[in-house]
Amino acid sequence: MKTLAPERRVDFAAIRKDFPIFQQKMHGKPLIYLDSTATTQKPVQVLDALERYYRTYNANIHRGVYAIAEEATTRYEEVRGKIARLLNARSHHEIVFTRGTTESINLVSHAWGRKNVGQGDVILLTEMEHHSNLVPWQMLAAEKGATLRFIPIDGQGRLDLSGLDKLLDGPLKLVSLAHMSNVLGTINPVAEIARRAHARGAVVVVDAAQSLPHLGVDVQALGCDFLAFSGHKMLGPTGIGALYGKRSLLDAMPPFMGGGEMIREVKLSGSTWNDTPWKFEAGTMNIADTMALGAAIDYVQAIGFDAIQAHSRELVTETTRLLGEIPGTKIYGPSPEERGGIVAFTLDDIHAHDIATVLDHEGVAVRAGHHCAMPLHAKLGVAATTRASFYVYNLPSDLVILAEGVRKAKKLFSR
Amino acid sequence: MSLDDFYRQTILDHYQNPRNWGTLENPDISAQDANPLCGDEIRVDLKIKDDHVEAVRFSGKGCSISRAAASMLSEAVEGKTLDEVKQINRDDVLDMLGIELGPVRLKCALLALKTLKVGVYGVQQSWPGEEEDE
Repeated sequence: MKTLAPERRVDFAAIRKDFPIFQQKMHGKPLIYLDSTATTQKPVQVLDALERYYRTYNANIHRGVYAIAEEATTRYEEVRGKIARLLNARSHHEIVFTRGTTESINLVSHAWGRKNVGQGDVILLTEMEHHSNLVPWQMLAAEKGATLRFIPIDGQGRLDLSGLDKLLDGPLKLVSLAHMSNVLGTINPVAEIARRAHARGAVVVVDAAQSLPHLGVDVQALGCDFLAFSGHKMLGPTGIGALYGKRSLLDAMPPFMGGGEMIREVKLSGSTWNDTPWKFEAGTMNIADTMALGAAIDYVQAIGFDAIQAHSRELVTETTRLLGEIPGTKIYGPSPEERGGIVAFTLDDIHAHDIATVLDHEGVAVRAGHHCAMPLHAKLGVAATTRASFYVYNLPSDLVILAEGVRKAKKLFSR
Repeated sequence: MSLDDFYRQTILDHYQNPRNWGTLENPDISAQDANPLCGDEIRVDLKIKDDHVEAVRFSGKGCSISRAAASMLSEAVEGKTLDEVKQINRDDVLDMLGIELGPVRLKCALLALKTLKVGVYGVQQSWPGEEEDE
């Protein structure tokens, strides 16, 4: 793994000023945004990159030979290279642009899964998956007659690997898991699981929707075959993300969608496919948001993942302390050292919606519900939790306001 | 709308002391439904005599809005004929609650009504109000 950078102070209060949304008020109060796990806010640098494309070099890519088309193509492919370096991929050929994590996983389940998974084969997931890393595999298993297995979680919300050998046994084709839970914040030992899955000949897919923004990822260190992420969870716009795939696997896969640009030659009798990764990019891609994603990656890398991770840990520790002082709160998941910037909690038997509504009136935006992880909530024995999640624009002072709001909810709804 | 207006006293009262809360033994009509967005679940039991609602009970789990709506609705249907119960619509429920709701909390507010309609019609309905959302 990478070594820690020398101690460097990052001024997170100054970072917050880059985000125009914090200039407005909610219910007359400053917006305290604690829902970055759902989507992050956007700095002005990202918004400028988006607008610059539309204002100055808006043209389709890989087609025109005029100046702005060349510029758009060059910049689009530069972002692909930027993502390859961000993930430590071996080549930019291993990066496919998609709408985000969900589409990336569906690309694998359709293009790799349909070809390689058959009757009686086993797909291994975990009990803490987001629906985006569960439903596509349920659909594939139903279509092919394959079986799903799940790595269970322990009482602390960590994966219980004591039975992993047994789970990996049999006609295992694929293991797909979240690097970091979107509810509990748990950071999973992906490298170890990938090593043991590979020993059984399985392909390993990683959902990095949460881990890439919060921890940074290194696909070679993780040892995964595929990795999916979304731009909008790391300061980028919605509708753009990517899939990393090992070149040999992508080369052997059929296309996901048919259309323009993904072909080499088209005759009425049939077509041949473009090279990897372009054979997976049918139709006009989301060019503008790709440019903005490039700016988001620059922004995040300028702060540095070590600093982001340390900042998240400080906020999680402080949240745990402040909420822990309120009788009746229960925090789910492992210790702050073992998780990213997410804290899911319940308060007595007060419904998460009611807590979130009280917080909303304090200007605090949190998520209330099952966070697209219904099976996990069933395992935790609660219908819904309230989730506070953090990113680079959050400050410890936000958490004081959060805790005050939670106390207010307790007072209002105590029965 | 201020927090005090949103969680006005009648809503908190119905939440903290829900009327007709529980289940009935041998109900003539019983229906359950859930809000997949938040995991809320509601069950309604009805005792019918001479085509009138003789007794009604709601049970389940949900937020203050969904529970208060069920409680208020239960008072509204007591003694009504089944035809009258069928006439109750989403605006009636929103009038009872007396607050403005966004699209997410609207589903909380209407879960009890939806469950009641499933019961009295005997079939799964679309979300009450969906047809008016166009």
